[in-house]
Amino acid sequence: MNSYNGIMVYVEFGENGLLPITRQLLGCGRKIADELGEPLSAVIVGSKGIEEGSDAAQLGADTVYIVEHELLRQYRTETYVAALEQLVRQQRPTALLMGQTYVGRDLAPSLAFRLETIAVLDCIALEIDHASRVLLLTKPVCGGNAVATFTSMYYPQIITIRDKAMLPMEPSFGKNAHVVHFAVSLEPRSFKTRLIKKVKEEGEGLRLEEAAVIISGGRGIGGAEGFRQLHETAAILHAAVGGSRPACDNRGVAPNRQIGITGKIVSPDLYIAVGISGSIQQMSGCGQAKRIVAINKDPDAPIFKYADFGVVGDWKKVFPSFSAKLKELVS
Amino acid sequence: MKMIVCVKQVPDPQASSTGTKVDVAAKRVIVPHGTPPVMSPYDESALEAALKIKDVHGGHVTVMSVGKNLARPVLRKALASGADELILLEDNTFDQLDSYATASILAAAIREIGTFDLILCGRQAADTDAGQVGSGLAELLHIPCVTVACGIELGEEKVNVTRIVSDGYEVIEVMLPALVTVSSEIGELRYPKLKDLQAAQKMPIVVRNAGQLGIDVASLMKLNLVSLSPPQHRNVQCCMISAETPEIAGEHLALTMRGAGLI
Ligand SMILES: Cc1cc2nc3c(=O)[nH]c(=O)nc-3n(C[C@H](O)[C@H](O)[C@H](O)COP(=O)(O)OP(=O)(O)OC[C@H]3O[C@@H](n4cnc5c(N)ncnc54)[C@H](O)[C@@H]3O)c2cc1C
Repeated sequence: MNSYNGIMVYVEFGENGLLPITRQLLGCGRKIADELGEPLSAVIVGSKGIEEGSDAAQLGADTVYIVEHELLRQYRTETYVAALEQLVRQQRPTALLMGQTYVGRDLAPSLAFRLETIAVLDCIALEIDHASRVLLLTKPVCGGNAVATFTSMYYPQIITIRDKAMLPMEPSFGKNAHVVHFAVSLEPRSFKTRLIKKVKEEGEGLRLEEAAVIISGGRGIGGAEGFRQLHETAAILHAAVGGSRPACDNRGVAPNRQIGITGKIVSPDLYIAVGISGSIQQMSGCGQAKRIVAINKDPDAPIFKYADFGVVGDWKKVFPSFSAKLKELVS
Repeated sequence: MKMIVCVKQVPDPQASSTGTKVDVAAKRVIVPHGTPPVMSPYDESALEAALKIKDVHGGHVTVMSVGKNLARPVLRKALASGADELILLEDNTFDQLDSYATASILAAAIREIGTFDLILCGRQAADTDAGQVGSGLAELLHIPCVTVACGIELGEEKVNVTRIVSDGYEVIEVMLPALVTVSSEIGELRYPKLKDLQAAQKMPIVVRNAGQLGIDVASLMKLNLVSLSPPQHRNVQCCMISAETPEIAGEHLALTMRGAGLI
């Protein structure tokens, strides 16, 4: 046996409080921790006045570590790795779970190498091999063409998990965690990076992460002008607009609206793909959608292998009447 | 400006994925016969980023690749595109490596080179999609790392790196020497001229094996691949909606979606 003990969850906040992925991590973390008979902890990193600290006790974890420092005000790889390194070296958890977010996928590998252990990114399943009590880490590889399961004898295991791969944890009211303020020492001069600019560029309409319906356009849409129509329909359906890589390259949508393994991985209830061929790199980013609808002029386009409903035709002709009918139906 | 670009050879990820199979027993992905090996596309973008800096500021670009049976013509394309030197870290044991082993081999080779200003890697390899070698290499070399760059601007002993984040973008200033991982938004690798392709065939290549690098792969591997399986595809039969005209088909689609409770 090793001397590592406990599952630790890295907590992330968005504008509306706890990120959904964090709840999912806590749910999955609780399950794994209970199966192993180990405690669950959560760690919040930031600067003074982590307001959410007050709710932190309700996260369902046994212990919540709050790591505060002036240099941790905004996420930066170097400072966050340094801070987490200190906590993890002291606490020695079996595993540290993070979301496969912009932060998680940046932080996990650096932290793992710092700790001379391993990271596995973008996991879609996390189980325990009951005989060996080793974690089975499952993730898509080859742009989604295969699924690999890994194990490792190196601890702590740093794991990022894909959004919506796990069920969220119900907030466990009444169960109060033990809140610990963990003091870190950070030497400003040892850091070599500086954030010099941060620009919000949300793009129009709902964010991909929060939408139950996504309308996504591909190369077939052309540029921003074509996307105008998708936006109008999105407004009717309370949908977010995303795009394939060529759509982003053609400036039809903002770069942070790209869907796929290079962009965002989404799992909406409904994904409407217009003028998208359905490449594996794009579909591995949206194939978990509950329902898929496709409009494409090529009857052999791979997207129809994924779609529940499809129309073969020129979107410029199909889409306006589709959109008008939708408007009529939902109003 | 001394730059090192790390590139991986992978089966062409743009090749049709319909013929791609998983050999479960051998735990390998079998790509359709005839799928050519290529430089992983994100790594090509990393090379392009280095060449863009070289265009403006001059400098020396070394390209490094780790693997077994590396295809010379594929990697010579880096020389043809404008890289100055190609170092292959090639050994029969350099097969199915995990991120830790790969980063350690690259680190050993880079320590042999000694000095450098900037290391560029692709954000993730198009085959393993692990996304760790760049960050890991920076840790092993004790240099700062900025990931998923969509723009790099060279300054005075530093670079400014633009990176896409979930709600926009940010610019990070990093002191050199540093490592930056690159995303496709930087742009595709320039197309080499025919005469440069020919010249590249005659340029010398440095090859280093495990023994020369003092590497024992078995002692470096930290991950075990337990199983490899085909992805679970959506098991759907697409209901195709057709009508006399595309306009009517559009209306029918909306009605069908309402009928199925999608909207
Ligand atoms: C390592 C790697 C990572 C990648 N990551 C991503 C990623 O994250 N996201 C991503 O999207 N791609 C990614 N790609 C690119 C991917 O392989 C495809 O090239 C891309 O998804 C294709 O986008 P598309 O479907 O918009 O364009 P195309 O494949 O060109 O398809 C356009 C489709 O539009 C249809 N069409 C054209 N005109 C019309 C019309 N008037 N009406 C109706 N239909 C029309 C055509 O029939 C065609 O099917 C990646 C590639 C690699 C190698």
